[in-house]
Amino acid sequence: MEMTGLFFYIVSVLIAGGIYAILCLALNIQWGMGGLFNAGIAGFFAVGAYASAIMTTEVSDKHLGGFGMPVPVGLAVAALVAGLTGFAVAKICVRLKSDYLAMASIGIAEILRLVIVNESWVTNGSLGISGVPRPFDEFVQGRGSDIVLMVFVWVIVAGVYWISARLNDSPWGRTLRAIRDNEASARAAGKDVEWFRLQTFVIGCALMGIAGGLSAHYFKFLSPSATEPLLVTFLVWVMLMAGGSGNNRGAIAGALTIWALWSMTEIFTNRLPPEWVTRSSYIRMLLVGLLLQVVLQKFRSGLIPERSPPVRFKDT
Amino acid sequence: MIEFINLYLIPGLIIGSIYALGAVGISMIFGILRFAHFAHGDLMTIGAYGTLTAVWFIPVHPLLLLPFGIALAVVSALAVDRFFYKPLRKLPTIYTVISSFGVALIFRSLAQLLWSSGNQVFIPGVKPPLVLFQTFRIAALHAQVIVLTLVIAVALHLFLSRSKLGRAMRAVADEPELAAVAGLDTEKVIRSTWVIGAALAATAGVFAGMDTSMHPNLGWNLLLAMFAAAVLGGIGKPMGAIAGGLIIGLAEELSTYNWIGDNPLISPSYKSAVAFLIMVVLLIFRPQGLFKGRLL
Repeated sequence: MEMTGLFFYIVSVLIAGGIYAILCLALNIQWGMGGLFNAGIAGFFAVGAYASAIMTTEVSDKHLGGFGMPVPVGLAVAALVAGLTGFAVAKICVRLKSDYLAMASIGIAEILRLVIVNESWVTNGSLGISGVPRPFDEFVQGRGSDIVLMVFVWVIVAGVYWISARLNDSPWGRTLRAIRDNEASARAAGKDVEWFRLQTFVIGCALMGIAGGLSAHYFKFLSPSATEPLLVTFLVWVMLMAGGSGNNRGAIAGALTIWALWSMTEIFTNRLPPEWVTRSSYIRMLLVGLLLQVVLQKFRSGLIPERSPPVRFKDT
Repeated sequence: MIEFINLYLIPGLIIGSIYALGAVGISMIFGILRFAHFAHGDLMTIGAYGTLTAVWFIPVHPLLLLPFGIALAVVSALAVDRFFYKPLRKLPTIYTVISSFGVALIFRSLAQLLWSSGNQVFIPGVKPPLVLFQTFRIAALHAQVIVLTLVIAVALHLFLSRSKLGRAMRAVADEPELAAVAGLDTEKVIRSTWVIGAALAATAGVFAGMDTSMHPNLGWNLLLAMFAAAVLGGIGKPMGAIAGGLIIGLAEELSTYNWIGDNPLISPSYKSAVAFLIMVVLLIFRPQGLFKGRLL
């Protein structure tokens, strides 16, 4: 019994870790390859979560839809809506210094949160959306569905990794790194800097939307508090910086390491006396904040540092 | 008309003054250190808690205890700059932005740990408002906030235009290389920037905490509007930031007035979206702000 409990605990860590891995890979495209600062990850994540939940739930009079669509359709719509939101933000800010993009992205996250809380005809307000289906739940119910979901999440992680790796090795990825490292010379080489940045931001946001959708299917229930703005955004940044920005494997490694640390300290702190449990979550936040400072100053290249993809010459 | 002044115009001026004092620091730091300081809101929170703690021990009016909060905020800002921002100064400034994002979290979790995660008040009980000419009703606190903000704005203007240090700060904001070649002590200018920014942030934090109530998210919730105010006033233009703060505060409050028909123009729950909307429009059409700030 103890062993099954442990097994399902590991499964739950891997599901959430996989969702964070997707967010990290998405941020790696934006920041690691493109050098774009996105401080509104939670906003794009939330939009994806609500889009996928509304598409896939059964018809309800409490919120918009639901449309009873299969889960993959929900995730596709999540990617589309989050990507469009990202397009709007990036369109305004890409020509300015990246600090402005940071301000605008944190702003859009805040506006999205307001919309989610206030427009209850779409989202059922603070009561949230319940009965969000899981993939393949007509075949597997109960605990088995956790395993199915874990496989489903990691298949998507593998897909996103493959896309990111292709992007990284392609001329497109090389152009991005050139823009990131020396914008003026990339521009002089005839690259349309704004257009590349716009594409980068939109691709990243769409992937963040998919991660949001997956989280809605995982919890089967969605309320505004599920997308605690700072926690998601901040954890993903720490994960990517610690894992190695610019390296896709580093992004996944960072997501898993930090998430494992985060959830293991939770087991430990939950055994503390009640008056300390709430405080310990603040201590954890404080430590994560300090960890980011240490990483920024001492281990800027992360667990798995960035490597430029090899240039392959055709054999003649 | 009276209702308009009492319920919309005065609250707009109050929240505008709070934004203005916060935005001065953001604008100066952006102008001189070249990065958007994401921990500025939480610096306000720390300063306000400093004053709140003094209130528990010394039974005088909270505004007289402002120096305690200012001292705490200044010390925190200088420490954070020394240990977290300074080591990153040679890197692209975006690393400092990330670092300040982490500092915001550190400040907030410290506030939650050392004080409390709930709401606290500076002075318990309800104060009757002052009544002027039998029609205008203004809370004593609101009158104090408006007067103090005016005094600070005038003092800041005199400091920046007359004193040697103030002129050096403007020089570094306008042209850092030239200022360094001319022999200005850049590190000293940076330290003074933090001192002024943190002192004004603490003052704004106390105003905000006294106007509503004190809680750890107090400053973070004001951050977006303060960024908008700094951009509106023009980056590196402290007096512009004050004007920008007042405009944003008034715009937020006045947008909920029933200009057309009986309903508010914008639902009060979307009030904080107004600041963002102004910022977006600015970034599209006039990113250098109203007063020709730097476009970085």
